[in-house]
Amino acid sequence: MSLTTDVSQAAAGTAAGKGSRKHGRGSGSAMQVPRRRPRHRRERIFQWLFLVPAVVYMALFFGYPVAKNVVMSFQDYTTATFFTGEAPWVGLANYVTVLSSSLFSTSLLNTALFTVGSILGQFVIGLALAVFFRRKFPLNGILRSLLLLPWLLPLIVSSAVWRWILDKDSGALNRFLGDLGIIDTGIPWLTSTSLALIAVVGVNIWIGIPFNLTILYGGLQEIPDELYEAGSLDGATGWRAFWHITWPMLRPVVSVVLVLGVVYTLKVLDIILGLTNGGPANSTQTIATQSYALSFHEFKFGEGAALGNVLVIISLVFAVLYLRASRRAVDE
Amino acid sequence: MTTQLKALPASAAALPARKNWGYTALAIFFLAVMLFPVYWMVNASLQPNGTTLETSWLPLKPDFTGYATAINEQGGNLVTSLVISLGSVALSLAIAAPAAYALAYFKVRGAGLVLFAILISQMIPGIVVANALYTAYNDLGLLNSIPGLILADSAHGIPFAILIIRAFMNGMPASVIEAARVDGAGHIRAFWSIVLPLSRNSLITAGLFTFLFAWSDFLFALTLTTTEAVRPVTLGIFQYIGAYVNDWSSVMATAVLASVPAIVLLVAAQKYIAAGTTGGAVK
Repeated sequence: MSLTTDVSQAAAGTAAGKGSRKHGRGSGSAMQVPRRRPRHRRERIFQWLFLVPAVVYMALFFGYPVAKNVVMSFQDYTTATFFTGEAPWVGLANYVTVLSSSLFSTSLLNTALFTVGSILGQFVIGLALAVFFRRKFPLNGILRSLLLLPWLLPLIVSSAVWRWILDKDSGALNRFLGDLGIIDTGIPWLTSTSLALIAVVGVNIWIGIPFNLTILYGGLQEIPDELYEAGSLDGATGWRAFWHITWPMLRPVVSVVLVLGVVYTLKVLDIILGLTNGGPANSTQTIATQSYALSFHEFKFGEGAALGNVLVIISLVFAVLYLRASRRAVDE
Repeated sequence: MTTQLKALPASAAALPARKNWGYTALAIFFLAVMLFPVYWMVNASLQPNGTTLETSWLPLKPDFTGYATAINEQGGNLVTSLVISLGSVALSLAIAAPAAYALAYFKVRGAGLVLFAILISQMIPGIVVANALYTAYNDLGLLNSIPGLILADSAHGIPFAILIIRAFMNGMPASVIEAARVDGAGHIRAFWSIVLPLSRNSLITAGLFTFLFAWSDFLFALTLTTTEAVRPVTLGIFQYIGAYVNDWSSVMATAVLASVPAIVLLVAAQKYIAAGTTGGAVK
């Protein structure tokens, strides 16, 4: 669900860009204030009061957890800590344990496959649908908005529904394939170690298509028709028009969509926990789900924190890319 | 973005608006494929109970025992989710609206930093937040409490609400507020009686999405509750599917009930979503 935030940011970026005309006027009025010093200071304190609750909230619910997680990752923080209040310092021991466990390489590979597979599928299908919906036809708008539904449903609801669709014995998918005569026996989509990750990626693609479609469609709408008219005079139609006009013009939007997609997919937890709980035999275990399991199943909060921090570092790499992609769009 | 500068839709008339029902049919086909799981959820929720019975393709004989079981077993959890979500909306708007105003109108020092922090906060994996919050909540006695979950769930909504309301306020004419201030209205009165009413659409948009985020929350429900005392419906569904499921119709009935806010939002809030995203451009 956190994916929804992306649109707001893209939307915020769009609106901020268009609203930037206001800036000139705003700074003009601000220029008059400094003449009266005492009033100015009181004014500034007043202005800050509007921002204080948000700053405090962000500090408590984002700043504090990140800092606390770093501290915990260097401590032997277990259930006993809750009773004794003692969490001995262990240096890098949690990181060593977590990174050297055989499960880490499995989760890292799964995280990579899950992320790349999901993003690739969501993006290609989302872009294809966005290009399709650029055509003018009756009911276009309403059909396009109904496509948003998979994205608005609670992730745990989607997981439950797909659990039932992918059920080996009486799931809809196996029955459909069976009715078509493609398969004789049910395929164990979620219970086979070789298929579970593919199934989970498939479900995540389904969830992500609406987001990609919406943002990419918005980007396509901003490409002026004149370009296509001019292009068609030069013989650029169909695929040629796509490669020489659409794709280059869409590139800034594409980079935002892809980087946001990666950052959000890396931290996915609900879908995997709901569909497979990381199983069978860890075949769908990612860094995020393993971090959850360490903290909340094995109660090794220190190790869970260490693994969580590894995930933060991976995200940060992409965050840098994200900020570079959206810097112009958001402010200043 | 550079593309926006050329975005004036000057020649919409270039393409003849022919009624192209062929494309409509194709689009309906795509929609049917994409929404099949939603159909299947509704269909399965209307099937009679039973382990061995296969779900039929159409709910020709709709049976509502699934819903009876769902309301019986998950009714309380639905109410819990509702209370938490409404609380989160109130808290998020109370925090986000003044902040958005400050970010849009005052050139306070550090405003850029606050925006930067909001963007960075989106990168932080939920499990990292949950891991640290669990220990803090344990010390503060906030585990298994509705206020605890309202506070935590607002982490999904507050950054979003600040961004969407700020984007809208950016597009509002500054002269309106300046006029009010010249008339002697204090900051709080100008904010309360002029800015907020003018920002109504963006507040509704932010409120609806904040509701949906809190309603959909699973991670904090999973990690910040340890007993059955406070149990949002997402966690109720997770517990249904955590064990071997022998009664899919009640699971799917619960899923349908848990999907109602999303469906309502999609149908009723179209206007507000549009208002939120284009609001800044109108001016």
